[in-house]
Amino acid sequence: MIKIENIHKQFSGEKVLNGITAEFSSGRINLVIGQSGSGKTVLLKSVLGLIKPDKGKIFFEEREFTTATQNHWRALRREMGVVFQGGALFTSKTVEDNVKFPLDMFTKDSVKEKKRRVDECLDRVGVKGTNKVLPGEISGGMQKRVAIARAIIMNPKFLFCDEPNSGLDPITSIRIDRLLKRLTIDYNITTVINTHDMNSVVEIGDYILFIHKGEKWWEGNKSEIFSAGNEEFNNFVFAAEATKKLIKT
Amino acid sequence: MKLFYHIGKYFYLVGKLFTWPEKFSMYRKQGLRELLLIGLDSLGIVAIVSVFMGAVLTLQVGINFVHPLIPNYLIALTVRDTMMLEFSSTIICLILAGKVGSNIASEIGTMRITEQIDAMEIMGVNSVSYLILPKLFGAIVFFPLLTLVSIILGIAGGLAVSLLTQVVTVHDYLDGLHMFFHSFYILYTLVKMLVYAFLIVSVSAYQGYYTKGGALEVGKSSTMAVVYSIILVLIFNLIITQLMLT
Ligand SMILES: Nc1ncnc2c1ncn2[C@@H]1O[C@H](COP(=O)(O)OP(=O)(O)OP(=O)(O)O)[C@@H](O)[C@H]1O
Ligand SMILES: [Mg+2]
Repeated sequence: MIKIENIHKQFSGEKVLNGITAEFSSGRINLVIGQSGSGKTVLLKSVLGLIKPDKGKIFFEEREFTTATQNHWRALRREMGVVFQGGALFTSKTVEDNVKFPLDMFTKDSVKEKKRRVDECLDRVGVKGTNKVLPGEISGGMQKRVAIARAIIMNPKFLFCDEPNSGLDPITSIRIDRLLKRLTIDYNITTVINTHDMNSVVEIGDYILFIHKGEKWWEGNKSEIFSAGNEEFNNFVFAAEATKKLIKT
Repeated sequence: MKLFYHIGKYFYLVGKLFTWPEKFSMYRKQGLRELLLIGLDSLGIVAIVSVFMGAVLTLQVGINFVHPLIPNYLIALTVRDTMMLEFSSTIICLILAGKVGSNIASEIGTMRITEQIDAMEIMGVNSVSYLILPKLFGAIVFFPLLTLVSIILGIAGGLAVSLLTQVVTVHDYLDGLHMFFHSFYILYTLVKMLVYAFLIVSVSAYQGYYTKGGALEVGKSSTMAVVYSIILVLIFNLIITQLMLT
């Protein structure tokens, strides 16, 4: 469970986040949606402690981390998996070394055990057999999936994905969505996903937080989105062709 | 004001550098990689520059020392000491600042803007020490070796001149090489190289680590890394020389 309270952040005078409050519970997919530039990435990075919010509080499992020391953050982060917007794979390491990196860094597992775990994760995200290639040699979508494999290899308690579907075809997107959902339920992970893909919203959104220009405009679950009655939110939702069709049927 | 801000931030980075590695074997692997990248890759350029410097130095000194009272062996002695004291350390480091410094800044800068550093921090890895410490190791091990190579090749360049021209005879040249040798000069050169290695790596890494923006900014960081490294090498050359030689 993650709770954020009244998060504010501005960059050189420009307000990017303006008092966001939300609760992301475990075993569920928590979606943060909003237009490009609405502040999703900044919010995510604030939760991760990579950006220091100007104001507000962040709790992980009831424990406040806003003022925590570097060492506390570091300990917490070993329980986190993060998929960055661009994948953020280490370009000089092979796919296998990328996925294995957290194991190499923090476990004493044998080489064989680590290899088995890597193969298992690569298989789970559907890029089996890419072990020895460099990230630059595989497609963007495959890089995303490798990034997901790296994020889940340590069995995290908290999983964060910044637009895991951008740049993926619809079929792969759905597969990734379902994978994230499965993992979330299987391991009771608190999963937070930034997206502007309406397909994901209707497919996996257990809790949805809609932000617009840095403010919370709507929150709820996927069965409530069509009766939201919030203009900005409706504009966002109905801008997607797919959802229009979905409504008709 | 801005200067103090950067100096403060630089020392903060250096402070974070010296923490105990999470996993020594990972650092070792990285260290070996940097040895190759920083050290071996620079060998070619250092070799070429040194041979030519030694050769030209011999020619110039030879042409200027045409006085009956100046014995010819002094030419080789001058070449040897100049290479050792200044050319093989400071001049070589100015070249390395360009090559190694820009390389480090652009590598780390690219990692910064593509969120690879964030990814590392998020895993709980101390990205500062994981990325920079192995490079520092590579530079500290290899810079003195490069100097040694440079001195030897510089002297060899001079020898080639003595073989090919009439500026100085081979006999006089070889004689001069082992006259009035101060072993203290070796210590002086070594100290300089270690300081330069630290300066070039840490300053370039600093530039790369705090890159903001996109590919254009990585280019800028890379340029700034070279500029600041060169300036600092020159300043510290003066300081160390004042402290150790006078
Ligand atoms: N480090 C920063 N410095 C200054 N401004 C920033 C910084 N990071 C983000 N911003 C600004 O904050 C605003 C929100 O950016 P953010 O990346 O959170 O958008 P987003 O919702 O993730 O968009 P997208 O869907 O395109 O990824 C943007 O206007 C951006 O310019
Ligand atoms: Mg974003």
